[in-house]
Amino acid sequence: MIKPEPSPQDLQYLVAQAGLDADQLRRAYRQLCLIRSFEDLIADRYYIGKTPEFNMAAGPIRGEMHLAVGQEAVAVGVCSLLQESDAVVSTHRPHHHALAKGVEPKKLAAEIFGKASGLCRGKGGHMHLFDTSRHFACSGIVGASFPQAAGAAFAFRKLGQRHVAVAFAGEGAANHGTFAETLNVASVFQLPLVVVIEDNLYADSTPKWAALSTVHHFQRAQSFNVPSYVVDGMDLIDVYRVAKLVIERARNGMGPALIEAVCYRYRGHFEGDAEEYRTREEVERWRALDPIPRLEERLKVLGWADEAMLSRLRDEARQEAEAAILFAESSPLPEPQEALRGVFQ
Amino acid sequence: MRKLRGLAFAIAEAIDQEMAHNERLVVLGEDVTYWGAVFGFTMGLFPKYGRERIVDTPITEQTFMGMAVGAASVGLHPVVSLMFVDFCGAGFDQMFNHMAKNHYMSGGQLPMPVTVITAIGGGYGDAAQHSQVLYGLFAHLPGFKIVVPATAYDAKGLTARALADPNPVMIFGHKLLTGLPFLPFEGEEEEVPTERYTVDFGQAAVRRQGRDLTIVAAGLMVPRSLKAAERLAQEGISAEVIDLRTLVPLDETTLVASARKTGRVLIVDEDYMSYGLSGEVAFRIQAGALGSLKAPIQRLAVPDVPIPFSEPLESAVIPSVQRIYEAARSLVGAQALA
Ligand SMILES: Cc1ncc(C[n+]2csc(CCOP(=O)(O)OP(=O)(O)O)c2C)c(N)n1
Ligand SMILES: [Mg+2]
Repeated sequence: MIKPEPSPQDLQYLVAQAGLDADQLRRAYRQLCLIRSFEDLIADRYYIGKTPEFNMAAGPIRGEMHLAVGQEAVAVGVCSLLQESDAVVSTHRPHHHALAKGVEPKKLAAEIFGKASGLCRGKGGHMHLFDTSRHFACSGIVGASFPQAAGAAFAFRKLGQRHVAVAFAGEGAANHGTFAETLNVASVFQLPLVVVIEDNLYADSTPKWAALSTVHHFQRAQSFNVPSYVVDGMDLIDVYRVAKLVIERARNGMGPALIEAVCYRYRGHFEGDAEEYRTREEVERWRALDPIPRLEERLKVLGWADEAMLSRLRDEARQEAEAAILFAESSPLPEPQEALRGVFQ
Repeated sequence: MRKLRGLAFAIAEAIDQEMAHNERLVVLGEDVTYWGAVFGFTMGLFPKYGRERIVDTPITEQTFMGMAVGAASVGLHPVVSLMFVDFCGAGFDQMFNHMAKNHYMSGGQLPMPVTVITAIGGGYGDAAQHSQVLYGLFAHLPGFKIVVPATAYDAKGLTARALADPNPVMIFGHKLLTGLPFLPFEGEEEEVPTERYTVDFGQAAVRRQGRDLTIVAAGLMVPRSLKAAERLAQEGISAEVIDLRTLVPLDETTLVASARKTGRVLIVDEDYMSYGLSGEVAFRIQAGALGSLKAPIQRLAVPDVPIPFSEPLESAVIPSVQRIYEAARSLVGAQALA
């Protein structure tokens, strides 16, 4: 926990200041639950055919799998403030961002299963999810999201549209040249860009201390004169408050911003990760900050939801995720000839 | 001698044995400590040499490739891990405008002993940005020696040879030949000496003798071609299979001799079809063996599309045993009809 826990009275003040009402906060809670259920179900299906021997090529979902369990609040806190025409560019760990940006869970799941009914007809897969109807894109190449989001921001301004672009990336990606280069450009051009660094302390097996010269990304962003904020990425309300401020500013022509969201991934870097580089105890310590129970607690303190309502929202989210997986599982695979189509328009 | 399964341990053992003899060798790259560079090429080195010589870099391909250039020019021999070859784009300028050229551009002043080790290939569902082969891209640039081992024996000997080379050498290890437990394995267990040895560059290996056609391959396409050759043999078609082992330098002598003998050539490549290995090898063969060719040279490669994710799509574009078998058969059959 990186900020003081608000008293009940201060909590009311904070949500009022953020302009969050009961309805919005309950919707955000349901979104967190949808992402958690979705990721849990993907993990469950991913291991079909991969136990007892873990073989990445086996089972209904092949290849690498990077899940975002634990990081849901960053995605929902930011994306619940975006409009459909705002752009999001994500990373190799993209499901939470996609769902939070409104990508249809069924089409998302179908793409992860490589089905013809998927977002990209099965050609993209889990790290290459594109949905132009929701202005969502991602890449398996670390550091690729920054300039592409800046490009969307640049275009929005040129086209006279009051849209905002958001680049999500991990703290490992923030070491890449594209991070510094993009902040510089966004600042010089005063682009409507919000850079969100999801700092989960590790890049693959590499702990942050071994790779970053400072623990803070905001220090680096400020050197480019980009207003920057540190938020508790395990606290939806904290993410939301700051995201609202910077997204509104960007939309109103006030230039770019950076959000440094401190968070944690509960699962391995990818499925099959033996996690030699961190301790069980550390993972357990971060469990105390799980964004879902924390928001439940706050909804109760605010008197905006009781246990019955929370459980109804959780069940609804679970059912929506299950329906998505079912849709994916029952969809047909693409025809082999599809492979040769679509290099050019 | 003992049995080894796959390239990964063989490469790591070569690095280990050479590091013990050569203080100037330093390993650089992402996740080279706990994860052995993900595909095992540096496994076991971290406990032995520590972070002093096995260095996890930040995710900065451009910078660690540039650091390798700088370090090599003043006395180190960096062994650089490019985790997947697909990530070359992020560090390409330092590789193609500097690593490959500084020795030449400086009129021979600057040494450039750099060994880049990278993982290549698809076939396990990792899609367009994590399944490419791309050795053609680097072989195209003057200044890189290009090593593509297909066996553990070669992997160890060619790596040791690279680590003694004063020039930039890139080693392309196919993921489905690494022998790691989390991936399919299409190689075979083999006898590999425990002691140090080298395998020379520029010497292709004839993996199987044959009369009716020559199949030329590298990396994963070698065991696939050998499997296809076995099936062809059952039908009385005798295929010779050549493992290129290094693309630069390329062993034209062995290629031309085989083409002259069989008169028919099929080139099998997991890289993209156009402007790459298959065209280059075909050119070199016809230049030396045109008079002996009984049919146009044929090729099988990824048909100029990105590697798609979904299994039926991926299988449709990466050359399989079945398609190698069919292509070889029609090459021989077409001739019989003529
Ligand atoms: C250019 C490039 N280099 C390396 C990789 C391999 N890789 C994939 S994810 C990853 C770690 C990313 O860490 P971070 O940015 O912190 O994101 P997280 O996985 O923690 O969400 C690495 C090194 C890659 N995909 N692209
Ligand atoms: Mg990280």
